Amino acid sequence: MTDTTRQGARGGQHHGGESCSRPSGQRWRIVPPRGPETGRATLHRLRTGLALFAGRLATNTSKRLGLGSGGIIGGRVALALQPELLGELVSDKRVVVITGTNGKTTTTHMVAETLRAAGEAVSNATGANMLDGHVAALMTRPRADFAALEVDELHLAQLTERFQPAVLLLLNLSRDQLDRVGEIRSVEASIRQALAKAPRSRVIANADDPNIVSAAFDHPDVVWVSGGCRWKHDALNCPRCGAFLEEVDGEWKCVCGLRRPRPDWTVDDTGLIAPDGSHEELSLPLPGQINRVNATFALAASTALDVAPRAALERVRAVQEANGRYEHTVLAGRTVRLLLAKNPASWLEMLDLVADNTRPLVLVVNSREADGHDVSWLWDIDFERLAGRTVLVTGERALDLAVRLRYAEVPCEVTSDVQQALHSASITGSDQPAEVIANYTAFRDLFAKRQRQ
Amino acid sequence: MTEAPLTDESTVRIALVVPDLLGTYGDRGNALVLAQRLRWRGYRAEIVTVLSSAESLPESCDIYLLGGGEDVAQQAAVSFLRRGNGLRRAVDSGTAVLGVCGGLQVLGTRFTTGDGKHHAGLGLVDIETRPGADRAIGELGTRSELPGIGVLTGFENHLGRSEVGDDARPLGRVLHGTGNGADGVEGGVTGRVVCTYLHGPVLARNPALADTVLSWAVGAPLDGLPDFPELERLRAERTRVRG
Ligand SMILES: [Zn+2]
Repeated sequence: MTDTTRQGARGGQHHGGESCSRPSGQRWRIVPPRGPETGRATLHRLRTGLALFAGRLATNTSKRLGLGSGGIIGGRVALALQPELLGELVSDKRVVVITGTNGKTTTTHMVAETLRAAGEAVSNATGANMLDGHVAALMTRPRADFAALEVDELHLAQLTERFQPAVLLLLNLSRDQLDRVGEIRSVEASIRQALAKAPRSRVIANADDPNIVSAAFDHPDVVWVSGGCRWKHDALNCPRCGAFLEEVDGEWKCVCGLRRPRPDWTVDDTGLIAPDGSHEELSLPLPGQINRVNATFALAASTALDVAPRAALERVRAVQEANGRYEHTVLAGRTVRLLLAKNPASWLEMLDLVADNTRPLVLVVNSREADGHDVSWLWDIDFERLAGRTVLVTGERALDLAVRLRYAEVPCEVTSDVQQALHSASITGSDQPAEVIANYTAFRDLFAKRQRQ
Repeated sequence: MTEAPLTDESTVRIALVVPDLLGTYGDRGNALVLAQRLRWRGYRAEIVTVLSSAESLPESCDIYLLGGGEDVAQQAAVSFLRRGNGLRRAVDSGTAVLGVCGGLQVLGTRFTTGDGKHHAGLGLVDIETRPGADRAIGELGTRSELPGIGVLTGFENHLGRSEVGDDARPLGRVLHGTGNGADGVEGGVTGRVVCTYLHGPVLARNPALADTVLSWAVGAPLDGLPDFPELERLRAERTRVRG
């Protein structure tokens, strides 16, 4: 895997000062003239200093009082005092922003790791993915060369209003928490608007997801990644005109002009094909095609920022887990693998992962604000595939799951919590690790529990 | 997708109508529930998925299910279903139809989308929908006006406010939640066309409604099925929840 001219040419943009572009795409830097600081500028500088001070104070106080890691509150305080703080904190950094429905946190971990091959990198590794979370993360390492920031799909527009990241990754879009974030079309439109405000960013986007293609199609600088798309149900019709998309698995082309772009990076069953045609094995500690795709996004991002490909590849091969996702750990005295599945597309991926073993399976579904209160989506998932498995269900919506499994003719046991599930007589005879698939808040709680052990 | 020949008279065919347009909220679940409740009783059941790329709607099905979708998708669904007018003929011959959320608006006489534009519905139920001031989101409980159904439970998530006209009657009276947002009622029924805002999916949470629709399709009362304890517990849990 080597850099192509196209990818190498614009790596170091946004490195202080204003950058402009000639029609050729070449970039240079305008050094602002040094002059006496105006009163307004002094005030601005003082205000930024105060905001950072107060933000750090809030973070430390919150940590001392044991109110969690304190990250977001510090970011919130600092942002309230200086609304332009985010733009200032990234002014001397090269920033990669990661968004999409699934895989954001894992990909952000991978991106940060690959960037560390070339310098110090900061990231919102705990998944606080709105502006206050970004400010909080950036405050912890103000001198970092790079930042990898996961951003909530609907908050990307707020972010590009403030600055144009060097690289923007668009992973995928599918139905998720429909009672909370609105429908896919409006998410796609919002991302499209966000991209219109960032014409100088390099966009790296999923060529196999028609919703992502629509969001990125009009942007002047897109690198396309193709790794297949397991969940098709949100992409059967054109995101722009509603026409039925024939051959959504292949070279689809809509009457309105939207079409599948030619991919620059392709992910296959064993690895990736880089833009120069070279094939690279991707045997990763993280399982499945989905993580080969995530890794390829990370490598495309680091390539765009001129990180040496070989070093980046080694880094991405070393990622073992991302905020607990895919982690083998111990819960209630039993070895388990923690898997996050929060919507039909990610359940599909996780059921793929557990299909090749016969381990006991614990499914956990909550329906808090962050999960979405409507769990009708359970019926979009082919739980029929679990026939013959030992399944335990728990979480706030254990009964909805149990009814779903009843209709799928998959016998299950309803338990009061994961502790009880893991001690159930039906699985204590097995010495295999258990697979625990949990949705968002359920996963977060389990991850916190396992950290305390 | 499945276009099985109509050779076997005893197979009940359940049409999942344009799920590529109307199928946002687990709506496929209603088809799974109906098919499984038939199989458990010894009937043969087939789910016929009709995508919007089909020529037109097959008229040979015994039940038609329409789910929810976004504004643009709703309009596309109406124009698909107008082609050939097969749904109208099926309804005229007494076939059962269930429309959920966007499906309710599509089956109704008229709906106004978020952008203020008016659209004609299929007019199979006398119900008209306009956008409300805010989305109605949360658990919804009603007492059904159809015989033998009792309390209906589900989750609602809609901007539309619907008014039941003279040629239809409500599906239920609201116990908690918003429902149609007018006259304290929810849904609408004309003949064997049933419309509701209840997700869950509605037939998974409310087996009595599922069996009513099935008995219309089969043309005879159905044997009872054993209760599942988890379903009874789910109904009790969900009717306790507010908001
Ligand atoms: Zn189109």
